[in-house]
Amino acid sequence: MVLQAIAFYLLAATTVGAALAVISARNPVHSVLFLIAAFFSAAGLFVMMGAEFLAMLLVVVYVGAVAVLFLFVVMMLDVDFAALRAGSVRYLPIGAAVAGLLTVEMVLVATSVATNGAAAHSEGPLAPVGSSTNAEAIGRVLYTDYVYFFQAAGLVLLVAMIGAIVLTLKHREGVKRQDVSAQTARTPKSGMRIVTIKSGEGIDL
Amino acid sequence: MIIGLAHYLTVAAILFTIGVLGIFVNRRNVIVILMSIELILLAVNINLVSFSVFLHDVVGQIYAMFVLTVAAAEAAVGLAILVTFFRWRGGIEVDDASVMRG
Repeated sequence: MVLQAIAFYLLAATTVGAALAVISARNPVHSVLFLIAAFFSAAGLFVMMGAEFLAMLLVVVYVGAVAVLFLFVVMMLDVDFAALRAGSVRYLPIGAAVAGLLTVEMVLVATSVATNGAAAHSEGPLAPVGSSTNAEAIGRVLYTDYVYFFQAAGLVLLVAMIGAIVLTLKHREGVKRQDVSAQTARTPKSGMRIVTIKSGEGIDL
Repeated sequence: MIIGLAHYLTVAAILFTIGVLGIFVNRRNVIVILMSIELILLAVNINLVSFSVFLHDVVGQIYAMFVLTVAAAEAAVGLAILVTFFRWRGGIEVDDASVMRG
């Protein structure tokens, strides 16, 4: 139990510290790296709770895809980030006030829910029924009751992919491209013509 | 010392507020605003998973997966818009974004 508490506080402190570093780092590349650290330690929290599948998903999706995407964009864009930070301290007081209010409210709600809510009498994170693993339990629900939601999630990803490609694809002028349908639709009739040239006059093509 | 539901919810609450604070502090830098939104969605995921685990109902984890999907899609489209905006304006100041209307 003590070991569990130590692990929890370590992971929680890392998550919160890395999140603070994300929003306060001067260099956005450092922000992205701290974001990866935050996701990693949050995945550790998920493992502690017994949601291993989601923890691995978090590592694969966020660290493997989203964070790398952020890293690419940050490195690709030539932006003067120091100029962007100028005057940001101006909004710190109101931001801190809103954030402090939100924290107090949410922690109060969380503690009251945890002590009086439906989960109050739970003995803690237990493995789901029988000897089935977390991934198996998720699969049993996801592919039966939530199969339409699962398909809709796939559609969301497809639309996002197409949208990202449409937004960033750039057609440069003056670049020769292959037009396959025009090539295959070519016939001798359209590809060449026979001209009879009169002697001494030349032709006008 | 038993780590209960309240502990996880508190971590999620703090993470959520850090995300909100990040939007305030980096008001002009869209990239960090997008990262703050990712932090907020991570806090939501921690909430969903901890309730799912402590109520012994796996459906919460399914919803966390859908939140993950939407977060990934949002990051992809947001960064694509950012790249297009950078090509058009030569910068990523949010203040300039108001000229995009129409």
